Amino acid sequence: MSTETVATRPTLDTARLKAWLPKYGVYAAIVLLVVYNIFFTPYFATWSNLRIQLIQVAPIVIVALGMALVIGTEGIDLSVGSVMALAAAFIPLYLGYGVVAAIIVALLAGVAVGFINGVLVAKVGLQPIVATLALFVGGRGLAVVISEGKLVDIRNSDFLYLGSGDLLGIPVLVWIAAALVLVVGFVVRRTVFGRRLLAIGGNRPAAELAGLPVKRVLIMVYVVCAVLASIAGLLSVARIQSSDASSVGLLIELSAITAVVVGGTPLTGGKVRVLGTVAGAMLMQLVIATMIKHNLQPSTTEMVQAVIILIAVYVARERKTR
Amino acid sequence: MALLEVADVSKIFPGVRALDSVSFTLQPGEVHALVGENGAGKSTLIKVLTGVYQPDGGELRYQDQPAQFGTPMDAQRAGISTIYQEVNLVPLMTVAQNLFLGREPRNSFGMIDRGRMDREAREVLAGYGVTTDVRRQLGTLALGAQQMVALARAVMIDAKVVIMDEPTSSLEPREVQTLFGVIRDLHAKGIGIIYVSHRLDELYEICDAVTILRDGKLVHTGKLAELERIKLVSLMLGRDMAEVRREGATAFSGEGTGDESAAPVLRVRELNSRHKLHDVTFDVRPGEVVGLGGLLGAGRSETIKAIGGAYHLDSGEIEVDGKELKKPTPVRAVKAGIAVQPEDRKAEGIVPGLSVRENIALAVLPRVSRGGFVSDSKIDEIVDRYMKRLRIKASSPDQAVGDLSGGNQQKVLLARLLATDPKVLLLDEPTRGIDVGAKAEVQSLIDELAGEGLGVVLVSSDAEELVEGSDRVVVLRDGVVVGTLTGTEVTTEDLMSTIATEAHREH
Repeated sequence: MSTETVATRPTLDTARLKAWLPKYGVYAAIVLLVVYNIFFTPYFATWSNLRIQLIQVAPIVIVALGMALVIGTEGIDLSVGSVMALAAAFIPLYLGYGVVAAIIVALLAGVAVGFINGVLVAKVGLQPIVATLALFVGGRGLAVVISEGKLVDIRNSDFLYLGSGDLLGIPVLVWIAAALVLVVGFVVRRTVFGRRLLAIGGNRPAAELAGLPVKRVLIMVYVVCAVLASIAGLLSVARIQSSDASSVGLLIELSAITAVVVGGTPLTGGKVRVLGTVAGAMLMQLVIATMIKHNLQPSTTEMVQAVIILIAVYVARERKTR
Repeated sequence: MALLEVADVSKIFPGVRALDSVSFTLQPGEVHALVGENGAGKSTLIKVLTGVYQPDGGELRYQDQPAQFGTPMDAQRAGISTIYQEVNLVPLMTVAQNLFLGREPRNSFGMIDRGRMDREAREVLAGYGVTTDVRRQLGTLALGAQQMVALARAVMIDAKVVIMDEPTSSLEPREVQTLFGVIRDLHAKGIGIIYVSHRLDELYEICDAVTILRDGKLVHTGKLAELERIKLVSLMLGRDMAEVRREGATAFSGEGTGDESAAPVLRVRELNSRHKLHDVTFDVRPGEVVGLGGLLGAGRSETIKAIGGAYHLDSGEIEVDGKELKKPTPVRAVKAGIAVQPEDRKAEGIVPGLSVRENIALAVLPRVSRGGFVSDSKIDEIVDRYMKRLRIKASSPDQAVGDLSGGNQQKVLLARLLATDPKVLLLDEPTRGIDVGAKAEVQSLIDELAGEGLGVVLVSSDAEELVEGSDRVVVLRDGVVVGTLTGTEVTTEDLMSTIATEAHREH
C-alpha cells in the first residue's frame, strides 16, 4: 500500500504516512504478521490455532476496553488485575446459590472497587495512578484473604460453559468479548456518557464550566472499567476451571495499557479508539504466539513487545507535533 | 543598512498560499508594527523569520548577509528573540531560574550560584518594573509580570531583533506603560522590534513603521505616522473606508436596548470571597449589557466565575429571573440559565480535540438525546443553526476545533453557550486575541443577543469596546464596586477617571 504511494506522489508521502500510521498502523502490523505466519509458521492458519488465540486474547480485550475508557478521561486504572482476582475469589463462595448469583456478586465486587477508585479520583482529587495503586495492592490482598489463599476447582458445568463452551462453533468467551466491544464502541460514539467522557478527557476545566456532571461521569468510568475487569475475572475462572486469587489477572493491567496505547488511544485523554484497542490486544497476542511458535525465549518476546510499545508511542508523538 | 530583510518570500501549505511573495524590512532601532487579520500571514511570516518554517521561495537577509535559519535555535543564536502571546516559560521554576534558564551563573565549583543568580535577577527585573521575590515560582505571578520576565529573558540573550506577538493582551494599562518604556530603551539601543498587536492605540503610541498583510499578501508598508487610522483599518480589512467610518471602530450600535422598568434578569447581592470580592452588588435587566470595568485583578473575572458557580464564594446572593441560585455550581448555574464564556478560551473553553459539532452540543447533550442515546439529527439541527448564525468557518462540522482560527474557536464557544438557551450571558474578554473581522462579528452578535432580551455582562480590557458595548458600566477595584457609569457617563474618560480618582482616595 504505502510503497505504491511513494511511487506516485513522493512529496506528500511522509506527511500522509505520519497521519496514517497512528490510526491504521496497528492494523497494518497485524496484516503483516498474519501474512508472515501463513507462509512461515506451520499449523498457523488452522481453525484450532485461531480458536486458541482468540480465547487467550478475550480477557485482555475485555479489560483493555475499560482501560481505554479510563485513559480517555486522562486517567489510568492499575487495579484491574486485582478486580479480576476479587471476582475470582467470590465465584466459588457463591456458586452454591446458583450461577447467576455468583456472577452478580462478582460484578458487584467490581462496582464497589470502581466506585472507590472513582471517588478517590473525582471527589478526593487523587491522581488516578495513585488512587488505583491503592486497590492494585489492597484488592488482591483482600481477594487472597477471601479465598483463604486456596486454589479452588470449579465443577459447575453451567458456569464452565462460559469459559469453555461453544455457540455456533465459536467459543462463548469470544462471543462475550465481541459483544462487549460492540457495546463499548456504541457507548463511546452514541451516548451522552461517551461524549461527556471524551470532553472531560479533552479539557476538564472546560467540561466543568460547560456544566457537565464531571464527577459523576468520572466515577461512572471507573465503575465501568472495574465491572469489565470483573467480567474478565469470572471468565478466566470459567476457562481455567479453577479460582486462584493469587494468580488470576496478574500483570494484566500492563497488557491492557499496552493494547490501548498500541491501538492508538493517546494517554493524554480526549480520544478513545475501541477497535484500535482490540487490534492492539490482538497484535500483542500474535507477536507472542509467533515468537513461541518459533521457539524464541520468553525474554526475547518481552523485548519485542517493548519495541512495539515504543514504536506506538513514538508514532503517536510524531502526529501530535505536526 | 537593514537589520533584517525578507524579499519575495512565499510559503505554501497544502491548499493555501500562506505567504505570497511578501517583502519586509526591519531597520535597527525601529519598532515595526506587523498587522493584519488572523489568517493574513503574520504568524507565518514570524515563523519564517524565526526558523520554524522554511520559506518555499524568496530570500532572507540578516545584517546584510543572506541567512537561513534551519531551526528556531539557529535564529535565537543569531539574535532573533520571540515573545509569544502565551508566555512560554516554566511555571514551576522560580522567577530567577526562568530568567537564567540554560545560562545559569556558576561558582568556582561549577555549581549554580543561586545567590548571584537571584541578585542579578532582581536587578534586571527592577529595570522592567517588576519588583517581586525572584525565588517565587513563576506560575504564582500575575500574567503581566510573567510577560515581563519573558521579555527580560529575551533581551538578555543579546537579542538584535525582538519579535513581540500581542505582548499587551494580558497586561493592565500600567504594565503596558512599563513595557513601552522597555521598548523605548531597546529602540535607543538599536534593537529592531517587530510588534504584532490588534490594538491601534498602542501601535500609534509606540511604532515607527507599519507593514500590513492581507490574505498572505503585502498590502502596505511605510511610516505609521503618515497613515491615517481609518486608512489602516480599511487596508487591514480590505473594506471601503466610508463604510469603516460609518460603522465606527467597533461594531456596537451604541443604542441601549435595556428596558428601565423591567425586573432584573440577574440580581447579584453582596458577593464575598476572601481577598478577592467584597460586597459586589449589581443588577442586569433583560436586554441590557452591563460592563464590568476595572484593571487587571480588580475582580471582574472572579465575579463572573462566581456567578457561574466556578469560583468559591463565602457569602452572597444570586438571583436569575427572580429565582435564587442556591449553592452555585456550574451544573446548577447552567440549569438556572447562566452561560459563562471564560477568559482563557484554550484552557477553559473549547475542547480542542473534539469536533465543532461536539463542542457546540457539549452542554446540551441531555436535550438532544433520549434515554442516554444521542440523536445525531437533533445535534445537526442545533449545530447547523448556530454555525450559520455565528458564521463559523470550518471545513465541516467534524473539523477539530483546535484547528480553527481564534475567532472561529470563540464563535464555537459562544454557540455552545447559546445552545443552552441562557437568560444571562457572562462574557469575559469575548474578543481577546481574535482578528478584526471576527471581533466585529462578535460585537454585533452581543448587541443582537441583548436586543433579543438576554441580560449580558461584559468584561473587556479594551476600554473602547467596554464603553461602546455597554449600556451601563460597573467599575470594580480590588474586588469592590467603586462606581457605576450610566447614560452619558459611559465614556472612556469617565471610566478612567472613576478607576483613577477612586484609587487615589485610598492611598
